[in-house]
Amino acid sequence: MGRTLAEKVWDDHVVRRAEGEPDLLYIDLHLLHEVTSPQAFDGLRKSGRQVRRLDLTIATEDHNTPTLDIDKPIADPVSRAQLETLRKNCADFGVRLHSLGDVEQGVVHVVGPQLGLTQPGTTVVCGDSHTSTHGAFGALAFGIGTSQVEHVLATQTLPLARPKTMAITVEGDELPEGVTAKDLILAIIAKIGTGGGQGYILEYRGPAIEKLSMEARMTICNMSIEAGARAGMIAPDETTFEYIKGRDHAPKGEDWDAAVAYWKTLKTDEDAVFDAEVVIKAEELSPFVTWGTNPGQGAPLSANVPDPASYEDASERLAAEKALEYMGLEAGQPLRDIKVDTVFVGSCTNGRIEDLRAAAAIVEGRKIADGVRMLIVPGSARVGLQAVSEGLDKVFKEAGAEWRHAGCSMCLGMNPDQLAPGERSASTSNRNFEGRQGKGGRTHLVSPQVAAATAVLGHLASPADLSEADARTPAGV
Amino acid sequence: MEAFTTHTGRAVPLRRSNVDTDQIIPAHWLKKVTRDGFEDGLFEAWRKDPEFILNREERQGATVLVAGPDFGTGSSREHAVWALQNYGFKTVISSRFADIFRGNSLKNGLLTVVLDQKIVDALWELTENDPTAEITVDLQERQVRAEGVTADFELDENSRWRLLNGLDDISITLQNEADIAAYETSRPAYKPRTVQV
Repeated sequence: MGRTLAEKVWDDHVVRRAEGEPDLLYIDLHLLHEVTSPQAFDGLRKSGRQVRRLDLTIATEDHNTPTLDIDKPIADPVSRAQLETLRKNCADFGVRLHSLGDVEQGVVHVVGPQLGLTQPGTTVVCGDSHTSTHGAFGALAFGIGTSQVEHVLATQTLPLARPKTMAITVEGDELPEGVTAKDLILAIIAKIGTGGGQGYILEYRGPAIEKLSMEARMTICNMSIEAGARAGMIAPDETTFEYIKGRDHAPKGEDWDAAVAYWKTLKTDEDAVFDAEVVIKAEELSPFVTWGTNPGQGAPLSANVPDPASYEDASERLAAEKALEYMGLEAGQPLRDIKVDTVFVGSCTNGRIEDLRAAAAIVEGRKIADGVRMLIVPGSARVGLQAVSEGLDKVFKEAGAEWRHAGCSMCLGMNPDQLAPGERSASTSNRNFEGRQGKGGRTHLVSPQVAAATAVLGHLASPADLSEADARTPAGV
Repeated sequence: MEAFTTHTGRAVPLRRSNVDTDQIIPAHWLKKVTRDGFEDGLFEAWRKDPEFILNREERQGATVLVAGPDFGTGSSREHAVWALQNYGFKTVISSRFADIFRGNSLKNGLLTVVLDQKIVDALWELTENDPTAEITVDLQERQVRAEGVTADFELDENSRWRLLNGLDDISITLQNEADIAAYETSRPAYKPRTVQV
């Protein structure tokens, strides 16, 4: 019987398989950041162990880093201490580190792909749940806890039970006009639920997926964890190879040819059987936003806030009631009427160059609404430089947005970029949990396009709403 | 890792689904670089409410958390497990745990027990009506027992063995170091490297 993409990559990394034991899996690339690594390095020290493969390990600073005044000492002493701990650990053990101020610094899941380190058929781990992002390249990539970070540092392997596989097939030739990868993944999570992918590796497939850029594929795989999945993958193809070719760590010469030959084998066999299958019809998709406090609580932008009484399941009903109370929303209220205070464009979900271009194209020549704060945070220093070279920073600044330095920023508010209690955001990030963007903050997850249109109009909106608003206001008035 | 064989204690019934790791331990607590001292951050936002179940007098000293479905979703932060342990919890019962949280819990000796939602409902009812009611989680027998409730649970034999003996994963893996070294010699040259060594 044929094998799925996930099974092929898994099988190629089994170091040891024994009855009644989890497989021992080899890890090709280990990404580190300052938040989930200190206790792992401490563990190595206590047991007198070294990092087994420095050449498969790389660190960056992202969660705590400020996005303003990066040349000054970090104001928060606890954040500063955590970054200094990473610097000391990397120096002590010899790990390559990209610190704040370095051109390769940025959100760990933007850095790996941009360096060409994320490649098809590799296993990638990081002490960060959004490691699923790298699955966009046909890599098997998943988030791990700190104990596992220590385990990988010491052994370059992990004992793991093989997850089941789930096909998520997007039917239809392509996503309808105005519909983005973010809308698609939010709709998938709303459909299968935050626990729907639990125990599975998802494989996104179908012609509409194959037409997507690498940035769009990364957005989709990034949020696999929000459906509870262990990982998300997309089979590599010419789009993937083209993206990798020429990057710093891409294979060169004969290695390139050998790599591509292998990468081309990385697709699910026609006779392979998935443990579960979900079908999404592309034609039914439209811009999608969340109204609640978990990423599964979402709806098309054209819909109304749902009535908790409409849920048959008691625990879902209770969850919806609590969510509406926290979010300060009324059942039946049109989602488009929801006014926001802050718009955040950035994160490992939507902080890549294509995302910034999309948002810039919408705010260009327009002004963001009075009283709305718009933060643009590139996913990495390099993405920031690219955007500046294209003049995108100017476009944003002229529209009234704030152009910031790279990092995780307001996605989780570990640095000074936070919502105040009761403040409401439209955010291109991945989690709308209570207090995620700041204590008492209220988050609506959206695409970069919806974020930009929302910033201009001051309420949740799509670019199509913007054209209508423009048409109502004759030029020059 | 602390070994887990059997534990009996009073419970905290937490009637909430989708308790994500941001609720268990908010991000600003993640700046600490140790594995201890997280107890005051556990459910920090909810604990501001004096009526929150963890704050009630009769729940002080409870060691068994009985939670709603999809407990531990979201971030991979192992700090969520440490916070629960630092506070005093020895075991968490739910009908469904997020994968990464579950893995983290079992690596730290916090036993996460999956039971049918009907059993969870029965445990909620029992411990809400009688805060002194005790729940026993027996890993030897893979069984949860409380007044009127006896329920078997599943846990793979390998995880059970590690927990019962409090074994360190890294030491176990390094017993197979020769396999790792052999695998490394067979890795293709085109695989990415972060540095030349």
